[in-house]
Amino acid sequence: MADLYDRYSSVVYAVALRVLGDTGAAEDVLQEVFLQLWRNPNSFNAARGSLASWLAVVTRNRAIDSLRKRRPETDIEDVVFSVAPDLAGAAELSRAAEKVRGVMGAMAPAQRSALELAYWEGMSHSEIAEKTGEPLGTIKTRIRAGLIALRKAFQT
Amino acid sequence: MSEHEQYDEDLALYALDALRGDDRAKLDQHLTACGSCRLELERLRADTALLAMSAMGPRPPQRARQRLLDAVAREARAPLAHDVARRPWWGWLGWAATAAVIVFALSLWQENTVLRATLGSASARQAESARQLEQLRKIAAPIIEPETQRVTLVATKTPPQPQGKAFYLRSRNSLVFLASNMPALPPQKAYELWLIPMSGSPVPAGVFKPDAHGSGSVVNPPLPAGLEAKAFAITIENEAGSPTPTSPILMSGTGE
Repeated sequence: MADLYDRYSSVVYAVALRVLGDTGAAEDVLQEVFLQLWRNPNSFNAARGSLASWLAVVTRNRAIDSLRKRRPETDIEDVVFSVAPDLAGAAELSRAAEKVRGVMGAMAPAQRSALELAYWEGMSHSEIAEKTGEPLGTIKTRIRAGLIALRKAFQT
Repeated sequence: MSEHEQYDEDLALYALDALRGDDRAKLDQHLTACGSCRLELERLRADTALLAMSAMGPRPPQRARQRLLDAVAREARAPLAHDVARRPWWGWLGWAATAAVIVFALSLWQENTVLRATLGSASARQAESARQLEQLRKIAAPIIEPETQRVTLVATKTPPQPQGKAFYLRSRNSLVFLASNMPALPPQKAYELWLIPMSGSPVPAGVFKPDAHGSGSVVNPPLPAGLEAKAFAITIENEAGSPTPTSPILMSGTGE
């Protein structure tokens, strides 16, 4: 567990802190995510993706739940995704972070904003449409296009 | 537009947990029947993980590491509530008798729990349970009474060999493991027990450190329900335990 912590705690903590904006709350989520992994290591299936990606998704979900003061809605066993880029080491993680920031920086501000409101603030598409005053369909299109742009950047 | 294209944008929202209400319910229903949309959802979830990487930078405070390791150590110790080191007289006993009593007691306890839950018409069964408990006390008396004289017989001039016995009751998810003559461990290391399932990777089944006499035990570690065991094995891992074996198997055994 100590080895896993040393390798991936920066991912988990950074994601939790980005959502919650509070170091104490982020530390609590960090504890919770690693303890869940300790209690149930089989919830992560190495054949389906990298542990860093899985931890990032699990952490973001837990942090959003915490942000909204709600009980955890997603069981960690339910987080399934297909093979993501190999983010096994610190160097790969750092390169990935750089690349994602590059793609996000190149997006139109409205598209980046829609993605960030959904991802980091846990807003629904209706809430985003209401906040930005844009049609629901536009928000949907922007969010999907944003995710696909990220995917393509890692396919090349 | 094909049926799947119709869901493309909703799938992206779903992956971000940004789809709510009727749209989500409709997509949930579609996902139960559509493999290609489930696959695309998995891909989109992987894409959201990339988005998370943009937050990289801040590092957790030093104290967080120790806090986690302390919490893990506390949980790792929990299965050792019946550790031989704390009750040295267990180590004097024949494993089979000890484990049989423990498994029987656990089974009885679980049975009692169920009985209590269905108390309404269960007074007769409770009486039966009480009778069984009394029987258990009689069976266990020579083993658990402090004044009992305990003697272990071994072959003369034979160096004691490390041995472990696992008693696994799959239907009740109960596992009792007793070890003896285990060599001392390097600092900050522990023995980790693994349940080797019929298929798939070894499942962690508790860690233990032997006492001064080389005895140790694991009682009812947390395990996935109903797992069929092909074998059990022991490796040496860090004392907090490992989710997967990281060292060679030292001991292993299949069913008797």
